[in-house]
Amino acid sequence: MPDVRTTVIAVSYIVASVLFIFGLKQLSSPATARSGNRLAAIGMALALVATLLDRQIVSFWTIAIGTLIGAAVGIYFGRTVQMTAMPQMVALFNGMGGATAALVSVAEYLRLTRIGAPIPLGESTSIVLGTAIGAVSFTGSIIAFGKLQEILPGKPLQFPLQRVVNGLILLALVVFGGFVVSGAGTSALWALFAAALLLGAMFVLPIGGGDMPVVISILNSLTGLAAALTGFVLHNQMLVVAGVLVGASGTLLTLLMSTAMNRSVGNVLFGAFGAASNDAASSASAVGHTVRQTTPEDTAIALAYARSVVIVPGYGLAVAEAQHTVRELATDLESRGVNVKYAIHPVAGRMPGHMNVLLAEANVPYDQLLEMDQVNGQFPQTDVVLVVGANDVVNPAARDDPSSPIYGMPILDVDRARNIIVLKRSMGHGFAGIDNALFYHEKTRMLFGDARQSLTQVGQALKSA
Amino acid sequence: MSQELVLGIYVFIMAIFVGFEVISRVPSVLHTPLMSGTNAIHGIVVLGAFLIAGSADSPLLHALGFVAVVFGAANVFGGFVVTDRMLEMFKKRETKAVEKKDA
Repeated sequence: MPDVRTTVIAVSYIVASVLFIFGLKQLSSPATARSGNRLAAIGMALALVATLLDRQIVSFWTIAIGTLIGAAVGIYFGRTVQMTAMPQMVALFNGMGGATAALVSVAEYLRLTRIGAPIPLGESTSIVLGTAIGAVSFTGSIIAFGKLQEILPGKPLQFPLQRVVNGLILLALVVFGGFVVSGAGTSALWALFAAALLLGAMFVLPIGGGDMPVVISILNSLTGLAAALTGFVLHNQMLVVAGVLVGASGTLLTLLMSTAMNRSVGNVLFGAFGAASNDAASSASAVGHTVRQTTPEDTAIALAYARSVVIVPGYGLAVAEAQHTVRELATDLESRGVNVKYAIHPVAGRMPGHMNVLLAEANVPYDQLLEMDQVNGQFPQTDVVLVVGANDVVNPAARDDPSSPIYGMPILDVDRARNIIVLKRSMGHGFAGIDNALFYHEKTRMLFGDARQSLTQVGQALKSA
Repeated sequence: MSQELVLGIYVFIMAIFVGFEVISRVPSVLHTPLMSGTNAIHGIVVLGAFLIAGSADSPLLHALGFVAVVFGAANVFGGFVVTDRMLEMFKKRETKAVEKKDA
């Protein structure tokens, strides 16, 4: 007969699972999203408190101190992080979850071998997979964090025989896993853990910064999977449900992001995109083309006398933290009767929905945000397009030039607008490392400089225009 | 296969269907909060760390359990706090847009 505690725990887990699902359901609309997140948080609190009733727990000190420290760190960073730094924050929290899953799997194996309990095949396989996937997600996320925080270079890091070396590590992982399952003992599991940590780092290092929306999504789904696997190890259905929900979300976002770049997930992971030499592309388009520069004053006049303006934000907006400045400029234009919209490419920025969060922070109303499919038909009627720190997602070569490495990627057709003004730091290449024909287009004017400074100057010029 | 494992696999498969069904309805505007919110949810694995840390009977298990609890708790608390902060901005914007329509 199960005692009262076991029943309370079981019921709490069921309620918590339902709360998670309802919480995610409420994320389908911005109006209910916040209460959805709170529902999920209540579910989490319920599940965690119920777990403390488990008779297996005999000492609470480690739990209490560990939770206090973890909560303090998490809440501090959660409260203080800049919205522009959100991708690296998500990567970091994701890595922590992966590490937790791996450590729990390892520790449960140690505990079971210590008490001499036989470990059935299903459980030992789950331990192996949970350890491996959790560890890969941990170091992978840390490397992604390093790249996003610009501690590590954003460019793909490559060395000779990289794929062979990674293949060997993966092979070692499988061999160690086989040893663990066949009962070889704890040293095989430690070796597996180490190999997985190495593999996680090695697999993200050769992926470039612009592919981070895909990488973060994959790492998210891996951590979810690792959490679900620890559910098999601990016979805890709550972990299985929660882990799978996260895994499903990460998988969906991964597919969406790679579709938005017209590349397969495999190409993103193993293509080392952006590292290829750009000789062919630059020699083809740079010859005989001139760049037309403009000034903040001329930009202000062009904007002030336009009827419709579309702003295209990109990663450069996040780097310059220009979301508030762009919003102020848009408000000024609107008060002059200009119709202002924002065009959001699915992979603009460094994570899914990155631009939406930044513009939400700056209080841009939703009805001004247009997705690619909505906005592309409107460009021919648009007087001025203002490109703020976007590059590859507005490169017409993706549509017109079959020899371009990004050919086939859906883009925002800004070159079909009447005038294009590109705010850019320099003539440097975008993430794909290729030249952008848009910058040499006869309708394009370049406004060089830091995006926020340039926008501020345009705003000042607009007031006197 | 043990009964518990079979049940686990059953739950696993059902959850995949529920997950895809629910999450495919999330609009792209909310993809970042979706990601950070689900990030917080996978922090649920900290309850495994609770079980390990609470039953540890060797220094090594204590250490592993402790580190796992710290990481897991940071994941849970940080994830929910940052998602709430983000969604607050979205909510503010929604009410503003509504007011505008009313005016």
